[in-house]
Amino acid sequence: MPNWVPACAIDDVDEEDVIPFEHLGVDYAIYRSPDDQYFATAGHCTHEKTLLCDGLVMGAIVECPKHNGRFDYRDGSPQGAPVIVGLQIYPTMIDSGTVYIDIDID
Amino acid sequence: MGRERLALYSLVGPASDEAVERGLAGAVWFKSEVPRKRMKELMRREDGPAIRDTAIWLGGMILLGAAGAWLWISVSPWLAAPVLLLYGLLYASAGDSRWHEAGHGTAFKTRWMDTAVYEIASFMMMREPTVWRWNHTRHHTDTIIVGRDPEIAAMRPARLARILLNFFGLVDVPTSFKLMFLHAVGRLTPDEAEVVPDQEQHRVYRKARIWLAIYAATVVVAVLTGSIVPFLLVGGPRIYATFMHLVYGLTQHAGMGENVLDHRLNTRTIKMCWFNRFLYWNMNYHVEHHMFPMVPFHRLPELHEQIKGDLAPVYPSIWAAYKELVPAVLKQLKDQSYHVRRELPPGAPPYNEPALIA
Repeated sequence: MPNWVPACAIDDVDEEDVIPFEHLGVDYAIYRSPDDQYFATAGHCTHEKTLLCDGLVMGAIVECPKHNGRFDYRDGSPQGAPVIVGLQIYPTMIDSGTVYIDIDID
Repeated sequence: MGRERLALYSLVGPASDEAVERGLAGAVWFKSEVPRKRMKELMRREDGPAIRDTAIWLGGMILLGAAGAWLWISVSPWLAAPVLLLYGLLYASAGDSRWHEAGHGTAFKTRWMDTAVYEIASFMMMREPTVWRWNHTRHHTDTIIVGRDPEIAAMRPARLARILLNFFGLVDVPTSFKLMFLHAVGRLTPDEAEVVPDQEQHRVYRKARIWLAIYAATVVVAVLTGSIVPFLLVGGPRIYATFMHLVYGLTQHAGMGENVLDHRLNTRTIKMCWFNRFLYWNMNYHVEHHMFPMVPFHRLPELHEQIKGDLAPVYPSIWAAYKELVPAVLKQLKDQSYHVRRELPPGAPPYNEPALIA
């Protein structure tokens, strides 16, 4: 059963960027791709506990601000050292200008 | 004494456990406030500046190396010497900063270019690329946290003989070859095994075998030609022209605070002339680099302007830094609690020290 949680307004995230979202003490990262799609992942890098929302988004890649660890935020896959473990990803949907993420996957 | 000192700084010793217990490992460090939009501008990647500098770096090496070899063989070793010294500076001193910046993956926008420069520079500096990538990652997480940072150059007390010998690679080079042989037979040291994940270790073994093959080929060419020129071009610069990477590198943290969570306390930013900044690839902006490691080398001067109100005054020259760090390191031979204390400008956010965090 999906558990859709409103995360942010669609305009809260710039194109090709990421913002943080915290829910019940858990950090998430919400992305807007260059082609205007929204994605959600766990908030921290899997290499060390660094918030990805301070990182750099380049196309479909988010880069951790601490050690250059890169992930494809669409599927969470690691894109080279120093990350070797993928990111948890969460389904998203848009309704009435709001981005929802399904956190039931937790 | 030497072994006790090394044990204190070991990544697998009691100091490591103590750092974890004190909350110094993987801790939150002080960062200046920079608006997100501005930070994105500063982090944005470009290929142009690094392609230009790499063309000068590698192109210069090809020209100087060829000219040096020709002069050595056909004219006079004395005339070749200054040319080869410049070649060597690009190889074994500029190689250090290229290793560093490309290792961060920030020099270029195109990833394979970073990887290529990283691999070339790692070979020149005789630093196993996988091990050093992970070492350096830890250095950024736990900068000068005793027992957690594998890159502390000047311990308390400093291993002075080792530092001085390394101005000519006399410790680093034999150690590198010893490690190359160890890796080539499929083994790591305990400290290396601590920082390199299991699934990455096979890369270490493969590259050690490739590197040894290159050095073996160099020996064969030298024997066949009856000349030392192959050694002057491959490997040799790590001895005769590596001194500048030590000159730069020691300014980064030597004599400053250990076990503090604020790069303004344990790192120096120094003004340098254009030539040194080219060789060092702007790593003289070292506080800025540690605070925001994902800002490319060519944007560090802008980052400095952005956050300088939070920082202690920059050192006006390499000489000014050495006037401070040499006496500090010498004092630490007797008083291991001594360290350089920087004063922040009025109005700057306070130091982020463990006592303040608790």
